Amino acid sequence: MMQVNNAIIRSNENIGKDVYRMVLETSIASEVACGQFVQVQVPGFYLRRPISVSEVLDENHLVLVYKTVGEGTAALSEMKENEVVNLFGPLGTGFPVENRDVVLVGGGVGVPPLVETAKQYISNGNQVTAVLGFNTKADAILVERLKECGAKVVTASMDGSLGTKGTVMDAIKENGIEVPFVLACGPLPMLKAVASCYSCGYVSLEARMACGMGACMGCVVQDENGQAKRVCKDGPVFQIGKVVL
Amino acid sequence: MDLSVKLPGLNLKNPIIPASGCFGYGREFAEMYDLSLLGGIAIKSATPKERFGNPTPRIAETPMGMLNAIGLQNHGVDWIIENELPFLSQYDTEIIANIAGASEEDYLEVIEKMNDNPVVKAYELNISCPNVKHGGMGLGTSPDLAAEMTRRAKAAARKPVYVKLSPNVTDIVSIAKACEEAGADGLVMINTLLGMRMDLRTGKPLLANGTGGLSGPAIKPVGIRCVYQCAQAVHIPIIGVGGISNATDVVEYLYAGASAVEVGAANFVDPYVCPSIIAQLPAVLEKYGNSSVREAIGKGLRK
Repeated sequence: MMQVNNAIIRSNENIGKDVYRMVLETSIASEVACGQFVQVQVPGFYLRRPISVSEVLDENHLVLVYKTVGEGTAALSEMKENEVVNLFGPLGTGFPVENRDVVLVGGGVGVPPLVETAKQYISNGNQVTAVLGFNTKADAILVERLKECGAKVVTASMDGSLGTKGTVMDAIKENGIEVPFVLACGPLPMLKAVASCYSCGYVSLEARMACGMGACMGCVVQDENGQAKRVCKDGPVFQIGKVVL
Repeated sequence: MDLSVKLPGLNLKNPIIPASGCFGYGREFAEMYDLSLLGGIAIKSATPKERFGNPTPRIAETPMGMLNAIGLQNHGVDWIIENELPFLSQYDTEIIANIAGASEEDYLEVIEKMNDNPVVKAYELNISCPNVKHGGMGLGTSPDLAAEMTRRAKAAARKPVYVKLSPNVTDIVSIAKACEEAGADGLVMINTLLGMRMDLRTGKPLLANGTGGLSGPAIKPVGIRCVYQCAQAVHIPIIGVGGISNATDVVEYLYAGASAVEVGAANFVDPYVCPSIIAQLPAVLEKYGNSSVREAIGKGLRK
């Protein structure tokens, strides 16, 4: 059940170039499914920021991993332990948890929601292979965290400073990864590449949003029939082939 | 405290109405609270046929507000009558149908289709949407066109007709008067202000549509000014809209001459904002010496 709730910042640390990991104490944590997001009210800014939940630590703590892309997220990164932020969530339709092995494909700041997703698949006894792509080694995030969770992790970087030189698709080829079921989150060109190579799986989209709950129609995409789907409510996770990327 | 207001076609238990386009058809908010708490609901614009709306991005944040360029996305009037109005009929709240289109005939077609529907209590003519190329604001920026649209809508409508006005005009008072003379039962003001932002990374406008409508607290003084000016020039009720986030804002609008208010962008910031305002309103009215909503209406107008 989505709710509006004040959360206490327990930590907010820089974990990569312009990327921060924030642990929040909130009762919303117990409600979050993998791939869902929360709307964060950054003090001094009007609209909330939609940020995916990276992982749920326990029923009162969740983790957000976010990149400072504008003034709002920059202000969020300046907030300190014990300060309060207001959350609205959990929101959206996340990744399905199916009883099968999975390849998780993440690009840049699309990697965070894959952590909780990996944990869910692994706890069900399934094998998880994570393919993570970044621009450079300096941009890499959550590689060790996914390994700690029990995922087999391979990496790619555009400049070759980490793992396979090239994209996540190059890393999938180079490592001979043949798992047919994919869950992906990352930039649109990456999702398009994933959707063109896999027929079975899901992609998580990013969008500028206002309400975050399906009312304003600010974040729509088209489905295969040309009908509008709301990234915030019908997504952010969509089955491959069901939406126009 | 008595919060009720009686307006043409609308028996509002309180003066709080979520604004069109900011509340869908209430389904999402109904997951969070009982919609019967609301005075009324102005549902998302209906057009004769389905519209996908504008390309994305459709949303941009601004200082104390936001821009939107949704572009009247909706499934069309038939679908709304079949799928959304039955859902809304379960709630004890007054439903206002916001009507839009690309031509005068479009508005009349929607009105004629909704005339027999018992759920809709009044029409709100959206002649002020800044995000469509045809119709919308084009009909609302000249007194003559606004009056002609109002006259034809009144002739077709079997429910009261409110006209939602644009602030993107030189003289909103002349348009308000023209609508009143053409038979409007009430006015709703203001729609969004035409605005724009640039994306410094791409060098292009941030919204795919280029321009968008500015809403949120940033426009509240403009809305209050428009209500105040028009309330002195017309004798029909005005529903005030623009930047309302709390009960204090509501009382400001009431003092400026509004008989009720619509709450828009604030629903995106706090999904509980409307019930919160309704809960706060008696204390704020009392604090400033009012014993009812009706007593506060027009209190600030020059006598």
